[in-house]
Amino acid sequence: MDALLALWDGAFGSAFAFWSATLVRTTPLVLVGLAVALAFRAGVLNIGAEGQLIAGAIAATALAQWLDVMPTIITVPAMAFGGMLAGAAWAGIAAWLRRRFGVLEVISTLMLNFIALALLSWVVRGPLQEPTGIYPQSATIVANAQWPFLLEGQRLHLGFAFGLMLAAASWYWLARTASGFRVRVVGAGPRAAASAGGVDVARTTFGVFLVSGACAGLAGASEVGGVTWALYDGISPGYGYTAIAVALLARLDPRGVVVSAFFFGALEAGAAAMQRDAGVPAVIVQVFVALVILGVLAGTHLRDRARAWRLVTRREAA
Amino acid sequence: MSGDEALVLRDVRRSFGRTVALDGASCTVRRGTIHALLGENGAGKTTLMRIAYGLLAPDAGEVRVNGAPVNLGSSRDGIALGLGMVHQHFMLVPAMTVAENVALGGRGRFERDATATRIEALGRDSGLALDPRARVADLPVGAQQRLEIVKALAHEARVLILDEPTAVLAPAEGAELLRWLRRFADSGGTVVLITHKLRDALEFGDDLTVLRRGRTVLAGSRGEMTEAQVITALVGEAGLPSALRARTGALTPSAGEPVLHLEGVDYIDARGVTRLHEVTLEVRAGEVLGVIGVEGAGQYELLRILAGRLEPTRGRATRPTRVGFIPEDRLHDALIPELTLTENLALATAGSAHGTLAWEATRRSAAEIMRRFDVRAEGTETPARALSGGNQQKFVVGRERHLAGAALVAENPTRGLDLRASAKVLDEIAGADGDPPPAVVVYSSDIDEILAVATRVVACYNGSVREIPRAADPKDRTPYARALLGAH
Repeated sequence: MDALLALWDGAFGSAFAFWSATLVRTTPLVLVGLAVALAFRAGVLNIGAEGQLIAGAIAATALAQWLDVMPTIITVPAMAFGGMLAGAAWAGIAAWLRRRFGVLEVISTLMLNFIALALLSWVVRGPLQEPTGIYPQSATIVANAQWPFLLEGQRLHLGFAFGLMLAAASWYWLARTASGFRVRVVGAGPRAAASAGGVDVARTTFGVFLVSGACAGLAGASEVGGVTWALYDGISPGYGYTAIAVALLARLDPRGVVVSAFFFGALEAGAAAMQRDAGVPAVIVQVFVALVILGVLAGTHLRDRARAWRLVTRREAA
Repeated sequence: MSGDEALVLRDVRRSFGRTVALDGASCTVRRGTIHALLGENGAGKTTLMRIAYGLLAPDAGEVRVNGAPVNLGSSRDGIALGLGMVHQHFMLVPAMTVAENVALGGRGRFERDATATRIEALGRDSGLALDPRARVADLPVGAQQRLEIVKALAHEARVLILDEPTAVLAPAEGAELLRWLRRFADSGGTVVLITHKLRDALEFGDDLTVLRRGRTVLAGSRGEMTEAQVITALVGEAGLPSALRARTGALTPSAGEPVLHLEGVDYIDARGVTRLHEVTLEVRAGEVLGVIGVEGAGQYELLRILAGRLEPTRGRATRPTRVGFIPEDRLHDALIPELTLTENLALATAGSAHGTLAWEATRRSAAEIMRRFDVRAEGTETPARALSGGNQQKFVVGRERHLAGAALVAENPTRGLDLRASAKVLDEIAGADGDPPPAVVVYSSDIDEILAVATRVVACYNGSVREIPRAADPKDRTPYARALLGAH
């Protein structure tokens, strides 16, 4: 009971907990959650959001160092765009492998995650290491490159606004535009999309792959610019993997991604507090999260079964 | 050796859900003979042999192997009883070697060298030479088929069941296989040859069984039946609902403007097989061109080139910008079952659409299609999978006619539909009106259907397309059946 209270307090107990812990953890989950959801909607099983996030974080750090004399109005957009480009490029490797050689993206993106981790490990000990050369991390980025906070005295930063805007844009894209509709039909029925709709399936999946990588790359840039202000080995505590759960819980709907990212953000913020205040290991929360995901997946399956059953019985009655 | 029965199936019934695949099929196979099992697509040939082999359990009926009644549970039982089956789609593991594939399904340790020796010995005895160390994926189709047979022989099979074995082979390879089967039968083996190639059956079959719509309609020894009898049994007397037959002849062939035009078209598929050769064809407004052909004769590619879904490798195809297309596999190629009817309408223009989609206007069009083509569903926002097959197909026909006024291509449009829905769908396709009326192309594996709706008929055979002149007697199916087999 104490543990649950600590969990609740850590996530919602105070203005600080809400604005500076929960929503700050929600931010990267919204962005990577969108990355996974968009890819999955097109039938692209991109499980490499982690690697694309790291690519974005590296690029954003490099840009922040390089543009250190520039004003915020230049640096921050440059970091955001640079992060997106790097994420898209990292995803582009897997997208190209799939298009050119038919390499399964489940394998290539997963492998690219490990390569990205190794790359990160190298840059923080090499080209981007802090000037003293002692610690395996980059120098803290200059104040001009730090992303503005959204609220006085709270740690919630610009990245959250990007997340919400991107979620709204993704929803509009899928629901209303022709190219977003192509993404949906390619995911739901690639043969019909090609045969009945004349959709270029390979081109569509390639494009979505890049967009997905860009979203994850932006998450990396937003972490460096808004939270850590530096690059180091453990920059992502597995956001790219949690994102898969976020996207599945949201049933791949961009609006739902915001909600489920918030749910996971609150759990993570609360888990940290629970460990600190009640001495309950945060792993318990991870077990709980895993149970939630299993429950959601089983629930979805049962609902589909029930619907199919109703259809059959109705048709036989008719 | 002849006289005793290797395999007897009596009055076998089997349904899949609500589809009746076998409705009293019987077949008696004598030892030491080649037994040809004939029937059109969907007649139940493969289902019957899968039951004999033990892959499927019958709902009712009797199966005897070597005189003893058996209750065949799984494929292993079939193997144990000396049956071997070569499926139309090979059951091989492409990444594994010939020897490993032969050893699959055995028990105990895999002795590579012993298996290799055995394959070489079998190859010498049977004349089916294979390299035991070759990877299956690297073998040509003919060798893969030899491997399927060797696999069966390695399991001591004395009764070989082959499902459309010549369909995947070049003509010379096919002839060689059939001669091998003849020798196998002469040496005491037994062969069941599932085929829709009448010519192979008549030439190589000792006995024939003809299935139509899940029933045995003709059975006996080759010598006791005439070619005409077999053809009649295969394609049937007019077994169509009156709604359709009433329309026969009602259509007057009109000579409108040419709409679809092919000039010297060749099509070579991704595997390098020539599917169409030197096809020249014209379809005019108001015409209903019927296409017939056995599986793999080139009609698949012909229809897709006419519909603008494939481009010819050589030659010229002239078509309107958009041709309506009703593919055979509607749940994979025409509709996305999870999407609503409105979305499935938008699907048809998804490839060329730009900017934002006008969902409200699309919804109105979908409602209009539902009304005009009598599509029974709760509404335009119902997912396509909630509709019955007939209503799904009516929606597809409606959508394609709505979007493409000048030309319509349909491939087996009544597949899986009951007779009433079939009649409606055919009505909407062949009776399409407009000003000028559209050019319509219909392929069907059911000749009766083609005769009911077509104003002209062409047959595909081995990649070439030939027009069949109307017979003096409209009920006479012989010229069509002969054209299917490539005879003149």
